[in-house]
Amino acid sequence: MSLSSLDNLYRQMILEHANQPHHHGNLPTADKQIELRNPTCGDVLELAVKLDDSGKIADVAFSGTGCTISQASASMMTDEVIGKTPAQVAEMVEAFSEMITAKTDKDYEKLLGDAVVLEGVAQFPARIKCATLAWKAIYQALQEGGHEHE
Amino acid sequence: MVKKISELRADFPILDQTVNGEPLVYLDNAASSQKPKQVIQKLVDYYEHDNANVHRGVHTLSQRATQAYEATRDKVKRLINAPSEREVVYTKGTTEAINWIARGYAQKILKPGDEIVLSYAEHHSNIVPWQQVCEQTGAKLVYLDLNKRGQVELADAKQKIGQKTKLVSLAQVSNVLGALNPIKEIAELAHANQAIMVVDGAQSVPHMPVDVQALDIDFLAFSGHKMLGPTGTGILWGKRELLELMSPLDFGGEMIDFVELDHSTFKEVPWKFEGGTQNIAGVIGLGEAIDYLLSIGLDQIQAHEQALMADVLPKLQQIEGFELYGSPDPKDHLGIISFNLAGLHPHDTATVLDMEGVAVRAGHHCAQPMMRKLGVPATARASFYLYNTQEDADKLVDALQKTREFFK
Repeated sequence: MSLSSLDNLYRQMILEHANQPHHHGNLPTADKQIELRNPTCGDVLELAVKLDDSGKIADVAFSGTGCTISQASASMMTDEVIGKTPAQVAEMVEAFSEMITAKTDKDYEKLLGDAVVLEGVAQFPARIKCATLAWKAIYQALQEGGHEHE
Repeated sequence: MVKKISELRADFPILDQTVNGEPLVYLDNAASSQKPKQVIQKLVDYYEHDNANVHRGVHTLSQRATQAYEATRDKVKRLINAPSEREVVYTKGTTEAINWIARGYAQKILKPGDEIVLSYAEHHSNIVPWQQVCEQTGAKLVYLDLNKRGQVELADAKQKIGQKTKLVSLAQVSNVLGALNPIKEIAELAHANQAIMVVDGAQSVPHMPVDVQALDIDFLAFSGHKMLGPTGTGILWGKRELLELMSPLDFGGEMIDFVELDHSTFKEVPWKFEGGTQNIAGVIGLGEAIDYLLSIGLDQIQAHEQALMADVLPKLQQIEGFELYGSPDPKDHLGIISFNLAGLHPHDTATVLDMEGVAVRAGHHCAQPMMRKLGVPATARASFYLYNTQEDADKLVDALQKTREFFK
């Protein structure tokens, strides 16, 4: 098979996010912090979240190590969650997980924005955990706010 | 090899297929090997003709099953040059074998302050059982460093193995670096300090001649599924007197002599360890796998893999950004090469290789302390076996070059 089938996985926008991730680093004044690991590949993701007075996400930052898919997914997630309430984020996380596992034709763009380019991951089951790590992290940071391992 | 590799490949039906439109190149043998049709047929024959529970039966099928099941012990004895087939215990794999040594033997003898010596290159299955034993006994772990060739360094071992050492447990061949450890020398050092030498043979027994008497070790653990045998099979070999001291962990059916209301007596070694109905078909299949390996010769298999290493390693090192872990000398790689492409996560590498039909592993290879020593979160790993060819090696090189270009 030619490697063109890989273009569904490694879309241009994904490569750009992975090479120059948005909101990369940490937040010294974070309200919530979490570290998640993907035990199958040794990846580590640290996520810091700052909330505003109304409880919405004011800022978010991530760091750690991971593959192209996990880094791009984290970068896109940070773009999409700023300004959202924890309840809205929970809904997005659920939608993201559904998108890359259920292979439905539903249109997720309204809810997930640019992160819909990751839908190609559904064709690569071995890589689903790479894509979901950051989304699990933001969910757990907001729900539990603890220092958890996957 | 006596059998030409083209003929030998025909024994492995699974290799004759395309994956993602490309001919399969299976290079994940360190995780699990493929099975020849002789082994597969043996399982079918057993279930079609001889299936019955072993030891207990008077009837003909039970006798046949028992005979075939017990016959594997003798084959293992020949494979590792054990003094007696009575020292061969069936387990479900290396992990179970090491856990049994840890809990059935080490836990009984260790006291607070005693030391267990491991290396940074160990598989989790040769670390975690010992951590558990340390928690129970107050013993502590001491780790040996590796030299530039990826081996345990004797000078370092001489510093760390001493009077407090009660047990040394090392992989003969590292599942990440593929380097061969000087087991005989370390065993000598251990014995000079009255310590027991345990060897994890998961990556050595399938690939090279291993002689437990020549090495003068005390326990050897290895897996059947990495050496052409069925999954769920493994071997624990131990010196008779140590197996006598070692307690069984699975109590119940099969392993007893007499059961009274408040106590029981157990069978002799090795049967006292094999409680409950065992993986009878698997053990018989493992016997067939050993016959297959011995018919080719472990020295021949080692030479074949060595020739592949000598050819492919220099080619790989010419790929732009190829980062090799362990020794640059092919002789220090017993069929295993761990690597990364600069700037690329091994998961991305493995996905591209898979699209080219090349199966490699990506991750920490159940050796997180080793990954931390290497300073990487994960690596890709290509691992070869007797049925891999020059073409397989070239395909790996070619697919890695394509990976480079794809991510340019």
